[in-house]
Amino acid sequence: MTDTSTESNTNNNNKSSNLKIVESDLKIENSLYSELSSKFPDKVQLIYTKPKRIKIYVEPENIIEVAFFLRSHFGLDHAESVCGTDYPNENVIEVIYHLNSYSREELSQIIFALSTKTDRNSSYLPSLLPVFKSVEYHERETYEMLGVYFKGHPRNERFLLPEDWADIPPLKKDFRIKGR
Amino acid sequence: MTKEFSESLEKKLEETTKLGLEVVKEATEDRLMKLSVGPQHPGSGHFRFTIKIDGDYIVYCDPDPGYVHRGEEKMCEYRNYIQNIPHLERPVIHDSTNITYSYSLAVEELLGIDVPRRGQFIRAIASELNRQVYTLYWLAIYGIFLGHSTMFMWPAGDRELFIDLLTALTGARVTHAFNIPGGVRNDIPDGFKEKCLEYVNYFEKRLKEYENIFYNNPLFRQRTENVGILTKDDAITLGVTGSVLRASGVAYDVRKVEPYDVYNEIDFKVQYMKTCDSFARAYVPFLDMRESCHIIRQLLDKMPESGEVRMKLQSNPKGTPGEAYKRVESGRGALSYYIVSDGSSRPYRVKISVGSFRNILALPHLLVGSRLGDMPSIYWALNYWPVEADR
Repeated sequence: MTDTSTESNTNNNNKSSNLKIVESDLKIENSLYSELSSKFPDKVQLIYTKPKRIKIYVEPENIIEVAFFLRSHFGLDHAESVCGTDYPNENVIEVIYHLNSYSREELSQIIFALSTKTDRNSSYLPSLLPVFKSVEYHERETYEMLGVYFKGHPRNERFLLPEDWADIPPLKKDFRIKGR
Repeated sequence: MTKEFSESLEKKLEETTKLGLEVVKEATEDRLMKLSVGPQHPGSGHFRFTIKIDGDYIVYCDPDPGYVHRGEEKMCEYRNYIQNIPHLERPVIHDSTNITYSYSLAVEELLGIDVPRRGQFIRAIASELNRQVYTLYWLAIYGIFLGHSTMFMWPAGDRELFIDLLTALTGARVTHAFNIPGGVRNDIPDGFKEKCLEYVNYFEKRLKEYENIFYNNPLFRQRTENVGILTKDDAITLGVTGSVLRASGVAYDVRKVEPYDVYNEIDFKVQYMKTCDSFARAYVPFLDMRESCHIIRQLLDKMPESGEVRMKLQSNPKGTPGEAYKRVESGRGALSYYIVSDGSSRPYRVKISVGSFRNILALPHLLVGSRLGDMPSIYWALNYWPVEADR
């Protein structure tokens, strides 16, 4: 009995300490968003802020401008990943850039998700390669896995798939694994 | 003399323009030799890159991964949250605890479950032990890559110590499937703590010998020092991670910047170097191994004596609609999972962002302009695991 009681105490302590981090972190995130929304009042839309995570939505035509601001002003200097998600019901493909900072210590714990959407049947997006060099292979992978063509990317071509791949991009929801 | 020389030069120029640009282009292309490295090269692993060399200098490099692409991300969409674990560790079986660690963290956020404190400690211990296993394997290959056979034998032998510990802990040599959402699969066996301390203490002594025979070896230093300079600014711009980043003078470790589970209670230093060369990239993992020994000792010391190791889940749990992005520090740097849930028992989309895939961007950057003989020391120092990059 004594064991369990001490354990629950430590758990509570743990939770309270986590909550403290949550509060302080959301301050940074909210300040990031308020600064961004004052700079681009109509162009940026907040999806959520969570502890150490923030996600915004930007229209494709504004994404380079916003991304450039994020890099130069906030110091978000590299992309950890670029993820495309297929939503056949809404007829869109969402592409998310997960940005992070190495040069600013207070932002290094925060993942800034920059999201944009494109039509599912004619998927074109401006490439963020001029802003973030680190997205080069990630965008190439998104092109071959989801068929999103990145305008301005020098090599929208096969990367991981076999050389003789002759099917639709495999991470689209229409593509079914055989036998499943 | 100079006048004559310039005149003759002009004549030559006229001749070449007469021949036309095509011929000049052909002549330069004749100078270049195209060389395909891998995918069957014993050192490159299942990875191919094409280089063009002008004499001894590499002038062009084009990585071509994908020989072991399994479609892990697509496979995840067909299995439920628990069934995904065994196949997700396949991309890097030598570091299988870390690759399922961030998956478990992300799924825990989606399912809204907490991990018992003892489970968090066991998880961290297993991941530290597994990081040692991976780094030793990497070091062994780096040794044989540069023709140092002893450095192949020693880490490959010492790796067995940690594999023994992990076998006692999880029941499998390399593919453990030990981390599950909600904690770990089972509690530690009797006598594990003492055995673990004994092995770690022994291993720390061995590390000194590694340093003497390998890192202080003049031949090794000649082949790696001032080779493949990746400056701090370039490392940040290219977005490299893990030991490659830390060797370029950026003290960035996910365990420190965004501590997960119990890492905020552990006292450790982020090991980094400022020399930016291949030697630094080979030495930082070594420093990490030494630091990892301290971490394991602290974890064993602070672990609660008893308690639950995992949260009981209902069968076929359903995630709350939404998304989670979680990352851990693996042997090759930040390893993150982005999981989208639509409220069903299967993930809607899983994106795995791995250190290896991010680090190959530095390969053309470093190889172009360097000599062919430096290629092995540059390539393997990037801490690149082909299977993981292909997923």
